Amino acid sequence: MENVLHYFFEYKETIFIIALSIFLGIEVISHVPAVLHTPLMSGANAISGVIIIGGIILVGHANLTTFSVELVLGLLALIFGTLNVVGGFAVTDRMLEMFKKKKK
Amino acid sequence: MIQGLIITDIAGFTAGGAILELSYLIAALLFVTGLKLLSHPESARRGNLWAFGGMALAMLTTLILHRNPEGNGIPLANVWVILAAVGVGAAIGWIIARRVKMTAMPQLVSFYNATGGAASALVALLEYPNAVAGDVQSILVTVLGLIIGSVAFSGSMIAYGKLDGKVGDIMKPFMTYINLFLMVLTLALGAYIVTSPLPPAELTWAIYALLFLSLLYGVLFVMPIGGADMPVVISLLNALTGIAAAMAGFIYSNQAMILGGILVGAAGMILTVLMCKAMNRSLINVIVGAFGGSAASVGGEQGTVKEITLSDAAVLMSYSQRIVIIPGYGLAVAQAQHIAQELDELLESKGVSVRYAIHPVAGRMPGHMNVLLAEADVPYEKLVEMDDINPDMPNVDVAIVVGANDVVNPAAYNDPGSPIYGMPIIDAHLAKNIIIMKRGMGKGYAGIENALFFNDKTRMLFGDAKSSIQKLVAEIKSM
Repeated sequence: MENVLHYFFEYKETIFIIALSIFLGIEVISHVPAVLHTPLMSGANAISGVIIIGGIILVGHANLTTFSVELVLGLLALIFGTLNVVGGFAVTDRMLEMFKKKKK
Repeated sequence: MIQGLIITDIAGFTAGGAILELSYLIAALLFVTGLKLLSHPESARRGNLWAFGGMALAMLTTLILHRNPEGNGIPLANVWVILAAVGVGAAIGWIIARRVKMTAMPQLVSFYNATGGAASALVALLEYPNAVAGDVQSILVTVLGLIIGSVAFSGSMIAYGKLDGKVGDIMKPFMTYINLFLMVLTLALGAYIVTSPLPPAELTWAIYALLFLSLLYGVLFVMPIGGADMPVVISLLNALTGIAAAMAGFIYSNQAMILGGILVGAAGMILTVLMCKAMNRSLINVIVGAFGGSAASVGGEQGTVKEITLSDAAVLMSYSQRIVIIPGYGLAVAQAQHIAQELDELLESKGVSVRYAIHPVAGRMPGHMNVLLAEADVPYEKLVEMDDINPDMPNVDVAIVVGANDVVNPAAYNDPGSPIYGMPIIDAHLAKNIIIMKRGMGKGYAGIENALFFNDKTRMLFGDAKSSIQKLVAEIKSM
């Protein structure tokens, strides 16, 4: 029990952020009309591309003078992350554009 | 490694560091606002743009202001390399997003989800050697990021293959046990790595084995899941990618990543639960895959089906007042959305009211039918959700079922032995007339008979949906 309390105390800020983020995610998304399920999923998918920040940090401090598998994988992570971000937002926009022009 | 939201180490204060954190806060707020705006039709496009703005901001400030623990910024050479990689990814992502046909949308969403999962898995894999032996917290989030990211990647790739028709469903009863075993094995290896006192350098074999097991699990987990369950799985995989990104966020104590990732994870889980509810099944049930052989036990009384000729169908539709079209995956397969819209317009010009009844899980991803019909210029006001159309169904003169089956099967109401018993359906059987467009007498995904076909009010119009509707349009025009 004491361990649990200790753990909570040590990471209280992180635990707060997690709890509130989950709550926020649920609140923001609930009651979405079915029309928007696909764009919402696709837009959220693009946001999960935030992993790209990790890719930038990784490659940003990598040693470029020697070739390494790590560097190649890091670049791959960066490219994948960008694909997720740019592709995700672009495709969502294209979908929503389609929804819009119908309002004659 | 994990720190809280507040910069506790005042000694490490730099103006640049503070600005960076501030930009992450703004980015996080833009994510939340963007997601909120995305959930209303009028503001959705703006919301998408705001979220993108948040992402661009976080990327830019990280590039300029990030410092490693030694206090060094990102060297100029690395900046160029990053820009080049981002340029390549952005160009490919943009071109694919613009070029791919709208009908390939479910595949595309899966593919982008896979790339996000792969990026998270790679970041976790590459950060692992930097972990300090015995630092349970940071090793735990790294291992979780690796597992979840890998499962999201390989699972999404299989989902992509299935939606694209490249990968078939493999459903064997023993696969449930293999998957269960694999999951336990993966988690056990993960637990071993987390609790091991050995330094990461001596556990390289274990981390790569973990990567392999997780990738394999992702493949085998999605493999047996059938087409009709796809909306659930796609939103679940979406949630997983978000959670994986959040785990990577913990590695860097990066608030933008943590908040963005968890936000997506929570949103994805909500959508998953929504989809499960629409099928009256639990998530466990979908993953384990209860459909399959057991459905064969439902025999039921059959009867004879009655066909309708094109000219009779044309007359029936032209002299109706209210028509409801109920689309299913068959509409997408036959690519019949444009011609359906033409039929709709033609009937409207004759004073017939035409609406579309959309079942939440019709198609292969959440909201699939909406995207498909939007592509064909159907105004979204004409797309009515199941709960709103059902009370009005008895007033409908003709319900036209195009390529849908299980979502209109009355067995959901009156056959407790049916696998879809209890699933909410569109009440096509309450309409005054029912026309069912179908290729043949094949069964729906659940493999069960549909009493609707044998209903006295039902007439079948066999053939490819696209050519059937084409002929119908010609027939009505010539009247």
